[in-house]
Amino acid sequence: MIGIEHYLVVSAILFVLGVLGIFLNRKNVIIILMGIELILLSVNINLVAFSAFLNDLVGQVFAMFVLTVAAGEAAIGLAILVIYFRNRGTIAVDSVDRLKG
Amino acid sequence: MIQTIAFYLFAVLMIASAVFVITARNPVHSVLWLILAFFNAAGLMVLVGAEFIAMLLVIVYVGAVAVLFLFVVMMLDIDFAELRAGFIKNFPLGIAIAMVLLAELVLGIGAYQAGALQLGTPDGLAAPMADRSNIESLGALMYGRYLILFEVAGMILLVAMVGAIVLTHRPPKSARASQNISRQVARRPEDAVVMKQPTVGQGVEL
Repeated sequence: MIGIEHYLVVSAILFVLGVLGIFLNRKNVIIILMGIELILLSVNINLVAFSAFLNDLVGQVFAMFVLTVAAGEAAIGLAILVIYFRNRGTIAVDSVDRLKG
Repeated sequence: MIQTIAFYLFAVLMIASAVFVITARNPVHSVLWLILAFFNAAGLMVLVGAEFIAMLLVIVYVGAVAVLFLFVVMMLDIDFAELRAGFIKNFPLGIAIAMVLLAELVLGIGAYQAGALQLGTPDGLAAPMADRSNIESLGALMYGRYLILFEVAGMILLVAMVGAIVLTHRPPKSARASQNISRQVARRPEDAVVMKQPTVGQGVEL
């Protein structure tokens, strides 16, 4: 029988994979953004699982807000990426040090 | 029985595709694996009866965010091999930290199972309506109790849209390198050309 702990473990694994993705691909902003998407997806799974098992829809409403913020974040992040690439010709994260002074 | 099979199918496929997202050599493949992960997450959400969020996941993530990623990956001409340079070097530390994080999270879940902290129970105001679909109950809640939050979410999307457009918009080409045709036509040889008669051994002074 599938209980809430199954959902929580799956979303914990997904969260850790997102963090690991950010760690391993430290230079590639695109993969870092995908790692953030994975993390937000795992949060959504958590919210929806608790919402279903506690019989309370607020979790799903909040999952929708997380989805909204994730979509806006992806759009802004990729826009920044595009103008950065236009100006510098690379997207390597460790070359982003113009503001260091 | 079939629920268990479906759950494990979706969960295993989702985690496997998440692994491929972060290890694929080609970012285009990463985006495609991300799409598969989103589909399987939507399947997991359908299993617990959250159809609306599942469909939203497919429409918003697969239909918009993943396509945006794909568009950007294909538009930028990047040497991705160079960006993978630190992958092997970071691998041991990354795995170690991931294992610690996972152990902590699973410990937390185990503690929750052993007897959760009593943080109160749902007040029942947001319980799904009997004999109504998930979407109807969710809509009643979202356009009622959470109306302000719903509108704030709309504002966030508007600001994100305006921000993305302002960031990437370039002024039209004529404003940057302007070609003034009348000035070109009105240009006369006597204004543009100077005749010089240099003596041998001396330079020309311009």
